[in-house]
Amino acid sequence: MSDQLSTTFAALADPTRRAILVRLTAGEATPRELAGQFPISFQAISKHLKVLENAGLISRRRDAQSRPCRLEEAGLAVAAEWIEGHRRVWQDRYDRLDRKIREIQERERS
Amino acid sequence: MTETKIVATPGSQDVALTRIFDAPRELVYRVYTDPELLPDWWGPDQYTTTVDRMDVRDGGSWRFIQRGADGTEHAFHGVYHTADGERIVQTFEYEGAPGHVMLETTVFADIGGGRTKVTNTSVFQSPAERDATLATGMTDGAVRS
Repeated sequence: MSDQLSTTFAALADPTRRAILVRLTAGEATPRELAGQFPISFQAISKHLKVLENAGLISRRRDAQSRPCRLEEAGLAVAAEWIEGHRRVWQDRYDRLDRKIREIQERERS
Repeated sequence: MTETKIVATPGSQDVALTRIFDAPRELVYRVYTDPELLPDWWGPDQYTTTVDRMDVRDGGSWRFIQRGADGTEHAFHGVYHTADGERIVQTFEYEGAPGHVMLETTVFADIGGGRTKVTNTSVFQSPAERDATLATGMTDGAVRS
């Protein structure tokens, strides 16, 4: 597994960080705004944001007062990639099984 | 043909796949557990699958080998716990990564109208192990590099 993928999955493993990502799908938010929406300290929020940023799941731009966070969809796509790869392997496997079942069904009908 | 659905929640240690077959449960189960038929559907097209052992009963064991055109071989083995016509519980281990054993449960549900829903759930030893194993394709029978 690539290092990028392990970093992404480590970041996604935490429920608070997943909740932050879900919140960011609605649009940008500052760390202060996020801290007001989760029952944890501002420091804890900052720590989570740093992990998400390092994993490429969010980006932060500089503002006069704060650093608003936004979702980086490309980061999430990395995580989705192996899941889709695995699904496709099983889709093919089940397709072959399906054909086999139909073959036998037809043979037993005739 | 119906779609194969996957659920792999971030941070969890399992992955689940579902598929609906337009055939009665008895037939789906029979084809699924037939060692003669397994080579025709289990492995990806670029490999030839051979059944070394496939003793589908509580306490029985299984071992499949996949050979590529270039001679590369990948073997997988495990033991069956439950195999009662509705459910198969088995372990799964890729011999290229010994010790990383996962628990696989396959449920064959009669959903009426002569159709069967197959749900396959694999539980890994940790979320990290699930992600690493699946990202490298170790469980697929086709080891991606």
